[in-house]
Amino acid sequence: MWDYLFFIVLPYVAATLFIVVSIYRYVTDRFSYSSLSSQLLESDELFYGVVPWHIGIIGALTGHLIGFLFPKEVLWFNGVPVRLYILETTGLLFGLLALIGIVALMWRRIRMPRIRAVTSTIDTVVLVLLFVQVVLGVYTALFYRWGSSWYAASAVPYLRSLFLFQPDVEMIKPLPHIVKTHIINAFVLIAIFPFSRLVHMVSLPIEYLWRPYQVVIWNWDRKKIRGQYSRSKAQVKEESGESSIGTASISR
Amino acid sequence: MDVRLQISMVFHLDKCIGCHTCSIACKNVWTDRKGAEYMWWNNVETKPGTGYPTKWEDQSKYNGGWEKQENGKPELKMGNRASKLINIFHNPSLPKMDDYYEPFTYKYEDLFDSPEGADQPTARPISMVTGKFMDIEAGPNWDDDLGGSPVYGENDPNFKGLTPEEQQELFDVERLVFFYLPRICNHCLNPACVAACPSGAIYKRGEDGIVLINQEVCRGWRMCVTACPYKKTYYNWSTGKSEKCILCFPRLETGQAPACFHSCVGRIRYLGGILYDADRLVDALKVDDDKLVEAHRDIILDPRDPVVREKAKENGIDERTLEACERSPVYRYVKEWKMALPLHSEFRTLPMLFYVPPLLPVMAKTDDGVYETANEELFSPIEKARLPIKYLASLFSAGNTGQVSYALKKQYAVRLFKRLETVGDVTKEVVEHALAECGMDAAEAEAVYRLTSLPTMDERVVIPPMHREEAMAMLDDDMWEQKGSAGFGFREAPVRGA
Repeated sequence: MWDYLFFIVLPYVAATLFIVVSIYRYVTDRFSYSSLSSQLLESDELFYGVVPWHIGIIGALTGHLIGFLFPKEVLWFNGVPVRLYILETTGLLFGLLALIGIVALMWRRIRMPRIRAVTSTIDTVVLVLLFVQVVLGVYTALFYRWGSSWYAASAVPYLRSLFLFQPDVEMIKPLPHIVKTHIINAFVLIAIFPFSRLVHMVSLPIEYLWRPYQVVIWNWDRKKIRGQYSRSKAQVKEESGESSIGTASISR
Repeated sequence: MDVRLQISMVFHLDKCIGCHTCSIACKNVWTDRKGAEYMWWNNVETKPGTGYPTKWEDQSKYNGGWEKQENGKPELKMGNRASKLINIFHNPSLPKMDDYYEPFTYKYEDLFDSPEGADQPTARPISMVTGKFMDIEAGPNWDDDLGGSPVYGENDPNFKGLTPEEQQELFDVERLVFFYLPRICNHCLNPACVAACPSGAIYKRGEDGIVLINQEVCRGWRMCVTACPYKKTYYNWSTGKSEKCILCFPRLETGQAPACFHSCVGRIRYLGGILYDADRLVDALKVDDDKLVEAHRDIILDPRDPVVREKAKENGIDERTLEACERSPVYRYVKEWKMALPLHSEFRTLPMLFYVPPLLPVMAKTDDGVYETANEELFSPIEKARLPIKYLASLFSAGNTGQVSYALKKQYAVRLFKRLETVGDVTKEVVEHALAECGMDAAEAEAVYRLTSLPTMDERVVIPPMHREEAMAMLDDDMWEQKGSAGFGFREAPVRGA
């Protein structure tokens, strides 16, 4: 019953919220999409939180993505103990970086009145959830040395079954509670993603690498519009098929 | 030749009285909001002084503007594209709020609500960020009118080029000197803020060259704040978006002067259209620092030139716009008279706000400690100016003293010219010599005098027709829906996102 709720209902609810609300928010309230940086208010301590956090979490998430895409290869890689240790240690390092980062960020946010002034309820919720998630992840990496193999062998087939709309929870039933909580918490994070500042993730400005430096926007096609006006007004009226009132207001 | 229009500006510093009316007009219209309290899209600085944010001109601290590379091409001083993406989580050269100041108000209620006692009640300052009591350590125009004082004047980044003796001279009490420098966004031809924006939210409007930040595309990566060497883009700490001067485009589009221009008490502000050749823009950036002013002036085109007019029309610039450019006071000051110079052209953004450097008529001097108001000459000539030419050159011509001297000499000559006419206590030879020195004839001197001293609002602000109606007509929307909807803002209030 609980498995059904947490591992079948919750992920689909989370995914639906993620997709529908993100799109709805992007369409109706694009202004609210921002990194909401607080660097202007405090910069020095931010560095020791935000940089390790982002490096750590990006590394950890990339690891999860690789495992999801290539589970067989991960299992094969882990076949040799040394390689398993290397993978686990790498994951642990990223996890620890993220942990150091988020602790520094929370400490800064709690302590500094200026930063507290820009902290909303959802910010607090997100911070706590992320903290819990990272702690669970680091715990798994530390105390279950084959966490990466579990992920590839049990969690990934389950996740794939979700994507195929044939959810199969049998695979993850035997996993320890810590790992199960990690998975549930991930779904909760996905669910609140579109309601929080986490949306800044989808606006990663990669195209900056190849776009020209200068951006010039023309309100109208500068060559076309004057050409249009060099013709007679009657002609324009005829071509555009507008009412006489409409044309009168465009012409000067 | 790619002819484009730029709405361009001239501030005549010799007329600025430092009243800050421009700043207040702007503040009341645009930045009197949460998160924007500390922003001054228009501010007035006292020079010599450190300005706002403190020492903004010191690019070894803020890393703003462009730098000429070895191959001649400019690159952003803060780094290339990849380095900006790497620093996206933490921008190492972002100014801190304390470089501006922490915005404050006062607990005015206490003045009314305090219980009766032996002491006068006071209104303690409250931070507008945290809402808590605070000690004010800086404020807008913190060094206002303290320009000559060693405490603030000494830290002016423009003092680098002066010898210790020259610097010391500036601080002799009897020689104390300062002038005002009003600043808004320069709406540059090579804007560093646009180039630095990872989201591509900042853009230059093709039709009039106004630089704007699309609030819906901005994601708060705050690279523009660092990139702008004039520190005229600001990060709104509440909404998480960057904001900047919009040159009051909703006013311009309805034919009104921007708020700061309209309210200017000293009538120092001129606005008009400038035609420039966008094809030669890159060339203007390849020259050495001391040639920058000339190169900048060079890409500005004569609106009366038939070839320019032909090319302009090909580019869709309207006949009426060209007529407005012919009457542009900016064109006269910048190109015809060469009296108006760009601020810190060494930042290589090609700023389109020009300054007529202040002549600062100094008629008094000290002789062995005796303050003499009489001078052997009527106005002290520029060589004897209390403010060294080198200092002004550091501000207005990237160190080229020739450009500043010329602009000052011209003002000086016009003064003598009018003095002969109205009072007659200078000789004709002196006037002719002064005019000849800057290659000016009587007609030009008269024209400079008229546009400087007696211009009407219509002569100071010549707004080219903005053809907003055509832009609207090009949209597929029903244009009646758009009627009366020009402006900055949204259908909803700009609320901070979660």
